[in-house]
Amino acid sequence: MIGLTHYLAVSAALFVLGVFGIFLNRRNIIIILMSLELILLAVNINLVAFSAFLHQVHGQIFAMFVLTVAAGEAAIGLAILVIYFRGRGTVAVDQADLMKG
Amino acid sequence: MHPIFTSIAIAGPETVLTLGSLAALMLGTFSAKGKALTVTSLFAVAILALAGFTLLDAPAGMTRAFDGLYVADDFSAFLKVIILAASAASVLLALPWLHESGAGRFEYPVLMLLATLGMTIMVSANDLLTLYVGLELAALPSYVLAAFHRQDDRSAEAGLKYFVLGALASGILLYGVTLIYGFSGSTQLDVIAGVVSGQTERSVGLLFGIVFILAGLAFKVSAVPFHMWTPDVYEGAPTPVAAFFSAAPKAAALGLLARVMIVAFPGNIAADWQQILIFIAIASMVLGAVAAVAQTNIKRLLAYSSIANIGFALVGLTPGTPAGISALLFYVTVYVAMTLGSFLVVLQLRRPDGSPVESMADFAGLSKTQPKLAAALAIFMFSLAGIPPLLGFWPKFAVFQAAIASGLIALALIGFVASVIAAFYYLRLIKIMYFDEPAVSLATEGSAVNGTMIAACALFCSPIGMLAISPLVAATARAAAALFPA
Repeated sequence: MIGLTHYLAVSAALFVLGVFGIFLNRRNIIIILMSLELILLAVNINLVAFSAFLHQVHGQIFAMFVLTVAAGEAAIGLAILVIYFRGRGTVAVDQADLMKG
Repeated sequence: MHPIFTSIAIAGPETVLTLGSLAALMLGTFSAKGKALTVTSLFAVAILALAGFTLLDAPAGMTRAFDGLYVADDFSAFLKVIILAASAASVLLALPWLHESGAGRFEYPVLMLLATLGMTIMVSANDLLTLYVGLELAALPSYVLAAFHRQDDRSAEAGLKYFVLGALASGILLYGVTLIYGFSGSTQLDVIAGVVSGQTERSVGLLFGIVFILAGLAFKVSAVPFHMWTPDVYEGAPTPVAAFFSAAPKAAALGLLARVMIVAFPGNIAADWQQILIFIAIASMVLGAVAAVAQTNIKRLLAYSSIANIGFALVGLTPGTPAGISALLFYVTVYVAMTLGSFLVVLQLRRPDGSPVESMADFAGLSKTQPKLAAALAIFMFSLAGIPPLLGFWPKFAVFQAAIASGLIALALIGFVASVIAAFYYLRLIKIMYFDEPAVSLATEGSAVNGTMIAACALFCSPIGMLAISPLVAATARAAAALFPA
């Protein structure tokens, strides 16, 4: 029987994968955007699993909001990436160092 | 009347800002090409003022709307006044830069309006869902604003960095929100408070949720250890955008942080989040003070200054008492005036070739070439350093007093030491302005509106501003009381 803990474990694994994908990846900013989506999907699994577990609808409504905002976020992220690429001609992470820090 | 209309009436400022930002977009699209930016900016300021007026006839006490998703009380009203005023100032102060830089598109004030809408929702959020939507509504236009000067590589890179780290912070915050929802069974702050105070043993799930939420919000207020983006974004983003980032969003995020922690996690669990806040406050104060010493770029210096100031403001939140929250609000009010004033002076100065001032060496001998601006900047720096009798001293005094009253003496002592270290670089800038020989003679950009705003901020931060202390403290005390159930 698949219970709440299984869903939470999958979600935690996806979340950690997403965070590591952002910090360990030194090549491509697009991979960072994919990792961000992975984090938001982990959040959604959590929300829906809790919602089913608690017999409430709140979590699923929240998941809808997260999906919508994630779409807007991805659109803005890609738009910024495009103007960045136009100026620099690269999307490599380690080239993003015009400012120190 | 259908309850939804009652709710919309309670959420007056948000309604005005929503409709106003859409109208501003239309206005910008359909007005003549050369005038679109000026017309839309003035319209945006009018909308912000109108939103402020709707706060006037708000009923006293706490009013809930949208089934408890949204709440209007003295706390949210106080912060909304600051947010709206700071945003209006940020719209106006950008006009000369926008005209000059060739990045002058009318979307700028529209994005400002949308970000302000998000911030007003943040301070009125009584539910984790409203919190998230408000936070994102404030963040998404901010990413675009950071990259607004798209011909400039540094601006695009600032936008990209801000976006990646901001989206990561929202993801972390959201993960914390799901944990709190799962382990308390509700997303509404006061219901969570009821569940939390009913628990006899501490719930690890809730604790993890609090840690994740604090991490996400610490990013938004740019507190250590989530401050890495701040200097880069302030340096790369256009100066008026950096001025905006340093003022209104900080007030909104601090208000949100205070409301979530005080309303949703009172009682026994408060000791747990207080430990985290003590660490964040100390780390921000110390790092903000120490790292700024080596800076040569004025925008990076102001970025580290804002990190340090957020640390001081968090000292006010840490005790979780009405006096502490009142001190926090007082601090935020004065901080917004000081930081906007400093950025305004930077924005007003031009090198002889017309390029904006960035390096601190450019300020050498400013007292001889631009005595008025030098005097104003000196007031802001003395005030940021917290030297009495300038206004910046009093909120620092208030937060330390609140911390000591709750027995957090070590925290107040470390804060005092950090503020002495920080005084070094504020005073160094004053030394450069008053005692070094002028290297380049800086010109002013000559905008009368910005000049008036500098004068107003300087007057507020000068000893004359002490006249404002007693009404301000009365207002902050009333606002802080709204968070604590009588």
